[in-house]
Amino acid sequence: MENIIRGKAFVLGDNIDTDQIIPAKFLAYNPSDPAERKFFGMYAMNGVPAGQTGLPAGNIPFVRPNEFKSEFTIVIGGKNFGCGSSREHAPLAIAEAGARVVIAEFYARIFFRNCVNGGYLVPCESVQRLVEKVHTGDELVVDLAQCTVTNETRKATYELKPLGDVKPIIEAGGVFEYARMAGMIKR
Amino acid sequence: MPGMTITEKIMAKNSGKAHVSPGENVWVNVDILMTHDVCGPGTIGIFHEKFGRSAKVWDKDRVVIIPDHYIFTADDKCHRNVQILRDFVREQGLKYYYDPEFVKNEPGMPSPYKDPTKTNYKGVCHKALPEEGHVRPGEILLGTDSHTCTAGAFGQFATGVGNTDAAFTLGTGKTWLKVPPTMKFTFHGQIPPYLTAKDLILAVIGEIGVAGATYQTMYFAGEGISSLTLEDRMTLTNMAIEAGGKNGVCDVDEKTLQYVRHRSTRPNWEVFRDDADAQYCYQRQWDLATLEPLVAKPHSPDNRDTAHNCRSVKIDRAYIGSCTGGKITDMIFSASILKGNKVKVPTFVVPGSTEVHADMKRLNLRGVPKDTNEKSIEDILLDAGCKVGPSGCSACLGGPADTFGRLNGSEVCISTTNRNFPGRMGSPTSAVYLASPLTVAASALTGHVTDPREYVTQPIETGTAGVL
Repeated sequence: MENIIRGKAFVLGDNIDTDQIIPAKFLAYNPSDPAERKFFGMYAMNGVPAGQTGLPAGNIPFVRPNEFKSEFTIVIGGKNFGCGSSREHAPLAIAEAGARVVIAEFYARIFFRNCVNGGYLVPCESVQRLVEKVHTGDELVVDLAQCTVTNETRKATYELKPLGDVKPIIEAGGVFEYARMAGMIKR
Repeated sequence: MPGMTITEKIMAKNSGKAHVSPGENVWVNVDILMTHDVCGPGTIGIFHEKFGRSAKVWDKDRVVIIPDHYIFTADDKCHRNVQILRDFVREQGLKYYYDPEFVKNEPGMPSPYKDPTKTNYKGVCHKALPEEGHVRPGEILLGTDSHTCTAGAFGQFATGVGNTDAAFTLGTGKTWLKVPPTMKFTFHGQIPPYLTAKDLILAVIGEIGVAGATYQTMYFAGEGISSLTLEDRMTLTNMAIEAGGKNGVCDVDEKTLQYVRHRSTRPNWEVFRDDADAQYCYQRQWDLATLEPLVAKPHSPDNRDTAHNCRSVKIDRAYIGSCTGGKITDMIFSASILKGNKVKVPTFVVPGSTEVHADMKRLNLRGVPKDTNEKSIEDILLDAGCKVGPSGCSACLGGPADTFGRLNGSEVCISTTNRNFPGRMGSPTSAVYLASPLTVAASALTGHVTDPREYVTQPIETGTAGVL
């Protein structure tokens, strides 16, 4: 796990549910087939209502039409990010589009667990709400060792909560890698 | 050491410990792992990638695969996904798999599906799991679906997981869990005839919010819960996830034991109860006599209001179905209001399982086998002008464009389902009101959101429906 992740911010609001992150009609793609998996990147955040995608302006797509990759590396959310279904396609879609980190006030637990155990994204929690402090397109630097995120565009640094119990799993790259290192399953 | 809750006791047993406390991380043995057609292919892919192409599942009698989400569609990828499940079942020699068989051009069925009454297909996994005997008190059930928490109604720990977690369990029989603290919701009194468990859970979610139970157990207790049918308790635990809950759980009583004894594929289970000195992180009590029929307005399950307050809201469609509101007792509740009347808006009915659908044909409105000259529950719904589709998840989660009942425009729909997120039932411009089957049926008759007290005058008998 790299400790420094830099890139552009993409800002969303509260209660971003998994139907917004990847609408059900796209779930027929098989994530285990590389030719189909990339479509999860294309359709990531496809269900977020237009006015609420890319705050504060809105109407900014996470991924441009007919593209597979996003220009945004760090997703900022509010409360209860990833609520709703257990579909692992949600963190997978965000990661497949190229994002590396989500920073929210707090997460719905299955989404958080899928981020960690699947090794898709680092799910950071901010100490204070960042939705109104960061604008979509701002250049951010996340420092996982120091537990900070710095907004280089607006010259401000904010604290992140420590990753806690799940840090060893995130550092290992997911639950399989963690269990292999711990000797629970064969290498 | 303080006493333990049901959830803590189950986690202690399955992790081989005498005592566990909230916040502790434990590795537990999983009793049953369930997956379906939407998350199965991804789970199987990860299993093969991580354990090897020739790997075997940890116990072929503890893996249950129930296709239910994207069935009865012409979408090729959905057919392919069912085929991936079949190939895995054959490769692993799995015992419990419920196939929607494909045939060419069956009259009356969307090609290529065979008439589900002539197959081993079951319908929605959360309804099929207990029906087929995979749910028992005291066990741990994991499923690749957030509504796996439904099975907590039977006094077990049941929760939803992602593909990676499921693949890990497939290979090891284990998972890690953080022991959740328990929130206790106590209901006093008997359930009045104009309420169902849907009103109770909308009251709870409206009170604590969509994240109010995040990482926590929701324990539903009191004589009000004892007065509910087992199916109605499933409605409560089903929507624990809508408050962010890790699991929902009810006490085991004679109703539970009667059902499980009749159905279980395994002979033994253990019944746990909360110790008198068990610890709760939150407690709230309700008197059932003071609750009113409720709705959750668009676009959040915690956007609570009374059906009465929303009486000016015009609706374009009614939907009765899903793991939440597609059980046989939900059908009896709906039919008891629709009987002898005509719906004013298109009303789509989707039985939660093929057993529910068979019971809709077999039983009368009192929930007992009908006489030859008596109307069945399905007859009553069809006479009222409802459209009845084949069992499955159907339009609850939108699904492929040709899904039965899917909202494809800017419809306002009142629904017995569990989520009203933006675009959940299909079109991003649609709007969904969540309500009980009584409220949905009453609203279907008037064309606007309607308090069912205008129609319900006496207790609704459900007989042995959903029990035997």
